[in-house]
Amino acid sequence: MTIARALFQLLVFPGLLFAVPASWLMVWLERKTAARLQNRLGPPFLQPFFDFVKLLAKRSLPRPRGQAMLLTALPVLAVASTLGALALLPVVPSAGGFSGDLILLVALLELPPLCAVLAGFATRSLYGELGATREAVLSIAYSLPFLAALFALATAADSVSLSALAETPAWLVRAPALIALAICLPVKLRVNPFSVANAEQEIYAGSTTEFEGIRLALWELAHGLEWVVLTGLWATLAFPVVTTWPVHVAVFLVISFALVLGIATVAAATARLKLLQTARVYWSWGLGIGLLAMVVAMIAP
Amino acid sequence: MTTIPLLDRLVRKARSRSPWLFHLNAGSCNGCDIELVAALTPRYDVEQLGIRLEASPRHADVVVVSGPVTRTTRPAVETIYAQVPEPKVVVALGSCPASCNVFAGSPTIEGPLDRIIPVDVYVPGCPPSPHAIIAGIAQAVAILANGGAE
Repeated sequence: MTIARALFQLLVFPGLLFAVPASWLMVWLERKTAARLQNRLGPPFLQPFFDFVKLLAKRSLPRPRGQAMLLTALPVLAVASTLGALALLPVVPSAGGFSGDLILLVALLELPPLCAVLAGFATRSLYGELGATREAVLSIAYSLPFLAALFALATAADSVSLSALAETPAWLVRAPALIALAICLPVKLRVNPFSVANAEQEIYAGSTTEFEGIRLALWELAHGLEWVVLTGLWATLAFPVVTTWPVHVAVFLVISFALVLGIATVAAATARLKLLQTARVYWSWGLGIGLLAMVVAMIAP
Repeated sequence: MTTIPLLDRLVRKARSRSPWLFHLNAGSCNGCDIELVAALTPRYDVEQLGIRLEASPRHADVVVVSGPVTRTTRPAVETIYAQVPEPKVVVALGSCPASCNVFAGSPTIEGPLDRIIPVDVYVPGCPPSPHAIIAGIAQAVAILANGGAE
């Protein structure tokens, strides 16, 4: 991978220039789907953009200097690591060289939840700490099936390069791995029925309770980007056939947005589970399917 | 605030399209609170106007206060008002925060609300109807778009 290509992936596609509008579009699509299913019109098309601009234009509250720096650094780190993860996705088929590394991707994807946990404790608010604790417990619960599915794919491809993972067409492994990954998406995106970590109204706003203005805008952006990267990861793994790149990109977009629609529909149709119930779902169903994928990957030649 | 006219217009537009509410009960009888919740139900679909009920005052733009402000809720009103980042507007919901209503003269009442924090919009009624509440919030949004009432 040349430097020019790396910069293109980070800043243009599927990075910054594509991902920020795409994240707004996905957040809008999620809210709109919920609204239509409740028989209302829902938010206007530019709503996430307006929310973002409004938050940027709010004045920050006075805080001690150290706390102010920490509370700005954490959402910045979350946004940066999500963008980095996006740049690794093999959307445009790579022409040799460095082609996305699974271990780096997993590390970058784990950073935003870690930042949220730290943010919850850093604000020293009761509700922030509650949200952070829940986030930490959940990340242990969903990491097992998530990693099991990715390891199964890596074993089947005999490689940790993301392009190889996306191109090796072993459907016997891929199908259960994709199901396990799909189960992990709602909890990573904190939507119903697994919206335990932010638990809107129940524990105020979880770990972001004490954030305001620009800092909150950065959290919202990080959350939107997580939508893009997680659905994007699923899309690249679900569509292994390498054709010409415009077709590949088009299919990537279609699968991503279809997945958003599916997740939003499930979210609108369900109520929030308890923390214990959520952990149980991931440790039984999620891990079961993930381990199945791993076993098949190890047995199959 | 900003010097670039285009940016200024964008900020105004964004502020007028995305008012996030914080609901503060300062000793209300729950009548106005029920009507506010009714105004936020799918029937009225205020999400069309970008209105969202936020759980944390630090996320809010519009503070909706119900109740005559009792002695025990006064510190909470002051703290929460200080926690809302500028620009912000305050909507007094119902007759209680405006005039203390039937509780006027009681030794446990410290209201009306405008003795404690600045109030931008009054929505009269005991309780006001959801339509009146939405109209009041729209009025507040117009003040918010111009950067609050300073």
